[in-house]
Amino acid sequence: MYKLFLRSLISVLFLLGFSLNANAEFKVGFVYVGPTGDHGWTYQHHEGRNAVEALGIKTTYVESVPEGADAERVIRQLAQSGHDLIFTTSFGYMDPTNKVAKDFPNVKFEHATGYKREHSNVSTYSARFYEGRTLLGHMAGKMTKTNTIGYIASFPIPEVIRGINAMTLAAQKVNPDIKTKIVWVFTWYDPGKESEAAQALIDQGADIIMQHTDSTAPVQVAEKAGVWSFGQASDMQRFAPKSILTSIIDDWAPYYVERSIAARDGTWKQQDTWHGLKEGMVAMAPYNSAMGSDLVKEVEQLQKDLASGKAHSFTGPIYDQKGNILVAEGAVADDGMLAGMNVYVKGVEGDIPQ
Amino acid sequence: MSFDLNFIGILIGAIMASSVPLILAASGELITERSGVLNLGVEGMMIIGAISGFALMVVTDNLFFAVIGSMLSGLIISLIFGLLTQSLLTNHVATGLALTIFGIGMSAMIGKNFVGIPGKEFPLLFVNLKESIPFLGPVFFGHSIILYFAFGLPFLTNYFLKKTKTGLIIRAVGDSPTSASNQGINVTLVRYSCILYGGAMCGLAGAYLSLIYTPQWIENMTGGRGWIALALVVFATWSPIKVLIGALIFGGITILQLHMQAVGLRIPVQLLSALPYIMTIIVLVVISRDSRKIKLNTPTSLGQIFYKEK
Repeated sequence: MYKLFLRSLISVLFLLGFSLNANAEFKVGFVYVGPTGDHGWTYQHHEGRNAVEALGIKTTYVESVPEGADAERVIRQLAQSGHDLIFTTSFGYMDPTNKVAKDFPNVKFEHATGYKREHSNVSTYSARFYEGRTLLGHMAGKMTKTNTIGYIASFPIPEVIRGINAMTLAAQKVNPDIKTKIVWVFTWYDPGKESEAAQALIDQGADIIMQHTDSTAPVQVAEKAGVWSFGQASDMQRFAPKSILTSIIDDWAPYYVERSIAARDGTWKQQDTWHGLKEGMVAMAPYNSAMGSDLVKEVEQLQKDLASGKAHSFTGPIYDQKGNILVAEGAVADDGMLAGMNVYVKGVEGDIPQ
Repeated sequence: MSFDLNFIGILIGAIMASSVPLILAASGELITERSGVLNLGVEGMMIIGAISGFALMVVTDNLFFAVIGSMLSGLIISLIFGLLTQSLLTNHVATGLALTIFGIGMSAMIGKNFVGIPGKEFPLLFVNLKESIPFLGPVFFGHSIILYFAFGLPFLTNYFLKKTKTGLIIRAVGDSPTSASNQGINVTLVRYSCILYGGAMCGLAGAYLSLIYTPQWIENMTGGRGWIALALVVFATWSPIKVLIGALIFGGITILQLHMQAVGLRIPVQLLSALPYIMTIIVLVVISRDSRKIKLNTPTSLGQIFYKEK
């Protein structure tokens, strides 16, 4: 009897020690909005996770988590199961992230593309994708023959409107006659709808297709129809080798590595990060030689200027659709204005849906 | 919007292409329902067809096998429904719903390894004619063979149900399984066949999405089209020809909505996506006021469990 007690005591202690040890191990969690194989937004976040894993840090990820009630459950689950740092990688995870952060003050949270940092353990980070859109606009303005640019938009949030405006301003600069036609699909990821939207825009005379949605469907439609297109979030070149002029690439890996190391070593601090071409969080895929070497050189120069700060995507004068001035001549839009952008600039057709 | 004739032709062509999966799935379900079986698993059978077709295309690199395989997989999954409802006499509605949930989960699981692979080009017919004839060209030519099949199917179905002996038997089974059984008809066998046929057509509808319409595999890619197909059968009051008309209306709504946006017209997107269901409810209300119209086509024993007393 005594022996049995001792034996069970030892095994209990052993198990306890084992589980404490498991808890002590540093772990990073990731929450994705789409599947890791979307070859767009989530794919790039997953690449960032792979870079963290390559350091020998243990990571966990949960994919295709809907924005909403499910998100909170998943984030909470990750926090409860001993993750020390959790990246939540979609705008709609903003409130759930902050809610869970309140209950787990010892866990660090990183929310992508949001602006709420309600607790000291929540950081936010995003990329200046609009700098990439400026380059696309320049190319689109030069390459279009019908002067019509088709734009597939997801949700009417500042992030998306900023991209539309940056692109339109850059295109107008090289081609004052261009028009931007927009179709709102109200989804981040629905290939059927995205391709119908691309087809509708092409039928309406657009010979450039641009997307702020995550699937490769629009570039495939563009390839079939023989019009130009741009990849989104990741290099989509192999889905439409002839049609794609370039892709905007989100490179999260350096940031994820930096923040994971900081959290592991105890130097993690709350911050708001907004990196662009300069830091490499926004990168461009190789330019398609079909647009001619002169244009490629021009765009490369513009890319350098945007990175160095010599050029800015939102340099005045900028007018809204009614002709009111938004940014004065010679000035540039500040980050506050960019973050809350909710009007179209002159030259964009239609209204922002409510 | 430029209102030249050719543009309208292109628009009609796009609407036709988007209505194909609805026509196929609804025509299949129509036969199933005319035999008195209500299978709510259309969405699940479609998504299984979509992933099987795509997976087979990737593995065998042969579109013919992919199309046949998608129909077979739709058939196999509907066999589960058949076994449950016909042999084990489970409730049609609950079993059908379970089939949809099962199909969506199952397809996501199989699909894991097929995400992000570009699809193969599906051959389109008469592409030259499409470009050389204005208006009529883009309407009638440059489509895949499945589209032509889909547009012929409602007429075939109509002929089959009205003019052939087998069609008559199916209708008899749907209207009164007991009398049919007394006439020596094997009700269970007839219903099994109709369920399997419906499954195969839903599988084909799914393959159209993953092989032709958006040639790739995406989780949940049927996006509720199965439910629209189910609504469509009711909307058409179980008449094959009206299925065709209804599919064009339902398919047209999506396409027109995108075009209207591209022109800059503002319309509430959410309302438009609810329109097929609203229209179905209106049709239900209208036909239920006229009992003769209902009696004409509605299978009276729809959804009822039949078993032969021994």
